[in-house]
Amino acid sequence: MSYLQIKNVGKSFFGVEALKDISFNIELGEIHVVIGENGAGKSTLMKIIAGLYHQDKGEIILKGEQVQINSPIDAIGKGIAMIHQELMPVPYLTVAENVFLGREPKTKLGLVDRKQMFADTKKLLDEMKIPIQPEAEMRTLSVAQIQLVEIAKAVSYNSELLIMDEPTSAISDREVDNLCDLVFRLKAQNKAIVFISHKLDEIFRVADRITVLRDGEYIGTKNKEELTRDGLIQMMIGRELKDVYEKRDCKPGKVIFEVENLCKAGKFDNISFNVREGEVLGIAGLMGAGRTEVCEAIFGLNPADSGTIKIDGKKVSIRSTKDAIEHKIALVPEDRKELGLNLKDSTGFNISLSVLKNFVERGMIRKDKENKAVDEAIETFNVKVQNRKTPVVSLSGGNQQKVVIAKWMLSNPNILILDEPTRGIDIGAKTEIYKLINQFAKEGKAVIMVSSELPEVIGMSDRVMVLSEGMKTGMLSGDEINQMEIMKCATIQRESF
Amino acid sequence: MEMIKKMKMSVDSKEMSQYGIYFAFLILCVLFAASNPVFLSLGNIINILRQISFNAILAMGMTMVIITGGIDLSVGSVLAVAAVVSASLIQASHPMVPTIVAILVGVLIGAVCGCFNGVFVTKGGLPAFISTMVMMTIARGAAQLFTKGRPVSGLTSDFTFLGSGFILGIPVPIYLLAGIVIITAFILNKTRTGRWIYAVGGNETAARASGINVHRVKMVTYIYCGMLAAFVGIIMTARLNSASPVVGEGYELDAIAASVIGGTSMEGGKGKIISVLIGALIIGTISNGLDILNVSSYWQQIVKGLIILVAVLIDRKAAK
Repeated sequence: MSYLQIKNVGKSFFGVEALKDISFNIELGEIHVVIGENGAGKSTLMKIIAGLYHQDKGEIILKGEQVQINSPIDAIGKGIAMIHQELMPVPYLTVAENVFLGREPKTKLGLVDRKQMFADTKKLLDEMKIPIQPEAEMRTLSVAQIQLVEIAKAVSYNSELLIMDEPTSAISDREVDNLCDLVFRLKAQNKAIVFISHKLDEIFRVADRITVLRDGEYIGTKNKEELTRDGLIQMMIGRELKDVYEKRDCKPGKVIFEVENLCKAGKFDNISFNVREGEVLGIAGLMGAGRTEVCEAIFGLNPADSGTIKIDGKKVSIRSTKDAIEHKIALVPEDRKELGLNLKDSTGFNISLSVLKNFVERGMIRKDKENKAVDEAIETFNVKVQNRKTPVVSLSGGNQQKVVIAKWMLSNPNILILDEPTRGIDIGAKTEIYKLINQFAKEGKAVIMVSSELPEVIGMSDRVMVLSEGMKTGMLSGDEINQMEIMKCATIQRESF
Repeated sequence: MEMIKKMKMSVDSKEMSQYGIYFAFLILCVLFAASNPVFLSLGNIINILRQISFNAILAMGMTMVIITGGIDLSVGSVLAVAAVVSASLIQASHPMVPTIVAILVGVLIGAVCGCFNGVFVTKGGLPAFISTMVMMTIARGAAQLFTKGRPVSGLTSDFTFLGSGFILGIPVPIYLLAGIVIITAFILNKTRTGRWIYAVGGNETAARASGINVHRVKMVTYIYCGMLAAFVGIIMTARLNSASPVVGEGYELDAIAASVIGGTSMEGGKGKIISVLIGALIIGTISNGLDILNVSSYWQQIVKGLIILVAVLIDRKAAK
């Protein structure tokens, strides 16, 4: 008998079927990867199991008994805990206080027993081999560390089933290793783990079994050994994937963008590079290598302390984003919710925001002109949206990203910086974004692309600059652009210089 | 079938929240009209409009600040400073400057106070609540100091026309209110600055990344809010033919109330001028209607509080 059986589960939101007749089993002691494009229904299904939503149809059978999971607390009581993609720590409390939030041990007087709490947390973290101090304030931890704490917290409920929603979407490769080790240890303790991810490499690394969902439907569950990479992609998108990365014939022209000796204290040192017309320059490196910081400095968001930036051979001063935009630079930022979009407003509002100047006549925005440009952009960039008035918050990750790209393409840039352009979006949308980047480069413009996904860097870039600990540790081109070389440069440490 | 029902419900609740405030206002009017026909008389309607004009003008500036994610607690005090300074310039016994200059000086004082608010918030990085509370205290003190605590009265008739004059049988403050509403709506809906105000309140970091000078946008809203506060101080002085340094105490709360009842989100990024005007009308109508029904002003305060509560609850529901 299976630990958890999902039987004919269906769920609709406002008449739209998000899940249709899903059935599969989860066993104890297995790592079960659930994969699918955005909007495939993974999160909805997991939220049903974790008690955040209720299914309209079907049933959930836990250890042979049909159960109704009414709330997350109910789920925890039944041994099911979910670690959400968006972590929710209380920043000014300690690790221990976060772990025991809402169930603090009490002394006889009814006060919080801090000693007990810290001791229990320490024991828990030690058992799980997580090197974090219970006394540390949550805000001092990195995203990866916060995630480990959240997992520890979930385990501390004596959970049998741990659901991890895209746990690796925001952490570096080295941290992914740590996470995988932890997941393997939990598996050895006979826990069931459901692991949601977009990244094929790590899926093949951790999975025992893989379940694929597509458009709310169940496509199949296979043992890892039965699947190849291409086979899995095919299951996900329902079509053969020929070439995600379409190669351009790159004949780069003259240098149009140059950076010399760019420095920012504590962030990066002496960064110099150039980009030529029609070229895609990849920037690779581990988390914290300073990639995002370099991009933000070039774009004037957090200007550098020293160094020069040249466009078409002429020195320019970029102290604010406004300067950058005037020099035809655009940045598609890493964190689209934080930096890219105004989630409180409509798709159209977001697309036209940085180019309103183009629609102004006698101090007034000409709505007709603006709407025309916005509608064209929605069409050109294939944003799947009802109309320009649709709130941008209701779009899928991939479509939100397309909105950000459309917004910056409207500014008609000559130099396009993309920071993790495909993070957290599905393969279909990824392919479209790669096409857009290639199209842009073909027009003789310059692209700078930061990415943590090596296949993406390798597939898209003409040259790759590698950063490590704020230093430029490599500039690769041609055959040098491979996983080995990039990782070698990315792991060079300051001492060995 | 069930699905269709659900869809209908979702549509209804959304529409309700969008137009809810108009319905609420209509229902209110019908209720008062039914209980006393005097309520709908032309004289009374004009009376309501004149009564709300001060609060509604303050609410226009307040709304602009709130949309950026800020708040301005200083409007009541700024109003008083502008009032006493302008009034002292044009006392009928010895007018020192032409009326227009007195008005401009008053408005300029409002702009300067707003400018300080803006500087504290942007360059100083202080929370708007604190910055404007500081200004509230200082401006009140300045007003008292300027008049040594005494009211300034006996003003030129040119000046008092602004507050108590009539054009075509309608009080001048109503025209002024209409003008301010149109200007504010124009700025917010038709200009780039207006769009930026929403962008800054919606997501400040994203606004900065879009090339928007966030500091300048915030400065503009605080200055505008200060200018309107000063303007209200001037019209009020003109209406009362006297400026007292204690005038306007607590007015900031009524302005915030009108803004919130009108659906402006305290988190910023959301707010509509016409709805805020209705918000001010609702507050004014309630006190007027209850006055006509001889309800004590103590009860009126309780009712006002409850109305704000309901308005915000509806807004919360809509956000979900």
